[in-house]
Amino acid sequence: MAVINVNGKALNHNADPRTPLLWVLREQLGLTGTKYGCGIAQCGACTVMIDGVATRSCQVPVNSVGAKKVTTIEGLAANGTLNKIQAAWVAADVPQCGYCQSGMVMAATALLAAKPNPTDADIDAAMTNICRCGTYVQVREAIHAASKA
Amino acid sequence: MTIQTRVGRRNFLASSAVVAGGFSLGFSFPFQASAQSPVKELNAWVVIQPDDKVVIRVARSEMGQGTLTGLCQLVAEELECDWSKVTWEYPTPGENLKRNRVWKNFSTGGSRGIRESNQYVREGGAMAREMLLAAAAAEWKVPAGELKVDKGVITHSSGKKTTYGAVAAAAAQLEPPKEVKLKDPKDWKIAGKPLKRLDTVDKVTGKQLYGIDFTMPGMLVASVRACPVIGGKLKSFDAAKVEKMPGVKKVVAIDGNAVVVVADTYWNARTALAALPAEWDVGKLGEVQTETITAMLKEGLDANEAFVGNKVGDAKAAIDGAAKKVTATYSFPYQHHVTMEPMNATARVTADKCEVWCGTQNGEAALAAASEACGLPVAQCEVYKMLLGGGFGRRGRADYVRQAVLVAKEMPGTPVKLIWSREEDMTHCQYHPTTMCKLTGGLDAQGNLVGLQMRISGQSILASLLPQNLVNGMDPATFQGVMAQGPEATYGYNVPNLLIDHAMRNPHITAGFWRGVNVNQNAVYMECFMDELAQAAGQDPLAFRLKLLKPKWAAVLQAAADKAGYGKPLPAGHFHGIAQVMGYGSYVAGVAEVSVSDDGALKIHKITAATNPGHVVNPAQIERQVSGSFVYGLSAMLYGEITVKDGAVEQTNFDSYNVMRMDEMPKVETVLVPTHDFWGGVGEPTIAVAAPAVLNGIAKATGKRVRDLPLMHADLKKAS
Repeated sequence: MAVINVNGKALNHNADPRTPLLWVLREQLGLTGTKYGCGIAQCGACTVMIDGVATRSCQVPVNSVGAKKVTTIEGLAANGTLNKIQAAWVAADVPQCGYCQSGMVMAATALLAAKPNPTDADIDAAMTNICRCGTYVQVREAIHAASKA
Repeated sequence: MTIQTRVGRRNFLASSAVVAGGFSLGFSFPFQASAQSPVKELNAWVVIQPDDKVVIRVARSEMGQGTLTGLCQLVAEELECDWSKVTWEYPTPGENLKRNRVWKNFSTGGSRGIRESNQYVREGGAMAREMLLAAAAAEWKVPAGELKVDKGVITHSSGKKTTYGAVAAAAAQLEPPKEVKLKDPKDWKIAGKPLKRLDTVDKVTGKQLYGIDFTMPGMLVASVRACPVIGGKLKSFDAAKVEKMPGVKKVVAIDGNAVVVVADTYWNARTALAALPAEWDVGKLGEVQTETITAMLKEGLDANEAFVGNKVGDAKAAIDGAAKKVTATYSFPYQHHVTMEPMNATARVTADKCEVWCGTQNGEAALAAASEACGLPVAQCEVYKMLLGGGFGRRGRADYVRQAVLVAKEMPGTPVKLIWSREEDMTHCQYHPTTMCKLTGGLDAQGNLVGLQMRISGQSILASLLPQNLVNGMDPATFQGVMAQGPEATYGYNVPNLLIDHAMRNPHITAGFWRGVNVNQNAVYMECFMDELAQAAGQDPLAFRLKLLKPKWAAVLQAAADKAGYGKPLPAGHFHGIAQVMGYGSYVAGVAEVSVSDDGALKIHKITAATNPGHVVNPAQIERQVSGSFVYGLSAMLYGEITVKDGAVEQTNFDSYNVMRMDEMPKVETVLVPTHDFWGGVGEPTIAVAAPAVLNGIAKATGKRVRDLPLMHADLKKAS
């Protein structure tokens, strides 16, 4: 049994140490908001924050996480109140199918923590997540709105 | 009759959030004991709870396109309920069959959700309203005509008030009215408005469950590898090599063409599957290369035999006698849908029952596939639809459902969730078909188009997936966008002598429906060639088109051009390309503003897209469909290409099958020009104008005409 710190809680799991964090979150801890899209760190659907850094969890062996703090999409809303990025996402009615949106929101949360007033170029550089429905226009709008909130 | 008796032990929960396995769900599952007493439905579409909550049943699948919100708007409009109290739920395909298909078609494709079901869902809302009013009238012993309703509150002329929730139980006992009069769309208050989607919050908190997230007690997880060559067979596999690996429960072969490892977790199943030795028999298919397929298609370009899709006058004679002749050959590759959520389904099979939980665009096809795979009658099978992490046509096919059921059948009573890896998904799709096209046009001395021939050569989707739907061997859908007539995808140009035909050439790669389907490549062929003809005629591409286009086609193109400022000065080095098409019942046009640097770098600055969908049910959601459709269409134009080596698909993941990301996304301006005289679809049509508008802009910017997609292979560098 090993322990990782997810969303402020120490959680036990019994996965093989080399198991990607993505699958520990999804299958051992029941945190299915973090999505599998490609498994090779291309699409960003599995983005979580590790010590505040947006990270593609499909390429992170769980034993490399150690005592670092993992934040998943489920950990953003405090006591049921959406964080300002989530609120901006709702206000801009961003998601279509929604499958990529956990990763998008996590990447945007990390971006705004690092750069509270990102330019379009900053957004382009940080938001490399893939959305196939095509929410890019609304994602950009929501990030700008959140930066002003 | 109560819902409880209608659905047996399955309760249609009117609650929007029920708890199962610790997760909040948007709909009910059969194993949940409802804590709430069942509430009688008013009809198949509407349930109203005592607390005034309105549950609207939506038969079509939500996959991002917003159909559930739009359909709820249409029901709520007629129902006259309070929109803030509206929630929704899916009826099940099995229930639909038991109730004589009361919800009609579950199939969600072809941009049909709203345009095909608007009439009967509005009638469902209107009938429920009449029953609620009649119940209030009976309770108050007044004529129903003296009642008014607004936002679910019924008021009598005396001032007495009640609510839908208070009279719903009595109303549910009444006979539905024989006929109802639907509102004139100009009186709409809920429909036609840019309302927010009903399914957003759970998608930004991680609570939304997709098929891949489904779990239930005792569930195992399976990973599958089918023969890398589509159509090949499994020769042998060595289960003993992996049976002792961590978590492995079972190793099975299914359908004679795939191996499956079932384990306690997906990661363990996948790890063991990767270590499982398997040999395949691919026969002659192993000799097929992309070049083989290209040669097949090239031969069709000049073949004598072809299915005629659209013919006016004598095109050959007109072209032969023309003052100027223009010819060009285009090609369009295989493409993959790449839904963000890979294919998956969960199944549980016992001696007398088969249940499936999955995202599907066609619940009834999934039900039929489950029945066929498990061998039980359809009446003993059920499919519980989950939201889709993308569909785009891919989830209209139930191959992954069949696989899940076949595996679950090997482990009676144990639920098994089968997940395709991205690599499995990429290599076992039903791909957008590949075609080539040869166009020949004749211009008279004044530059008028006097004759046009369009020869399509390539794969038929119907021949691949639904051969029973071929018409005397012909695939009518091949002509989408250039059809002679009909309300669906008709050719908009008046050409005095026209011949559009199809030499069907079907390689072994499975072809299937892909968002926009055949409109996509046909629009590239026709709209790029129209620019080539205009250039040969020495005319502006817009003016050249407007002379030929029928009124509705011309109007939407003009609207896009006006909004984009076509013909007015652009920043230095920027050029406008245009395109138009009719698809899925709607008329659409796009103007792309592009520039190409001397070293060949393309920048798409802005797309202006006009749509005439007839009636507009939710303008905000249409805007999102339109801007999203350009991500889909431009991704395909820039990068979309599936190639074949030794019979197998070469691309395996996003590293070898690239798609557009945010940094390449142009601004999109949407113009709605509804004429309010028909119902058109909006999920697909604008995809088709994305590529030709940009390609036409590139040709203006560089003088280079790109005729082979994807664009990533084209050299746009300025000639030195």
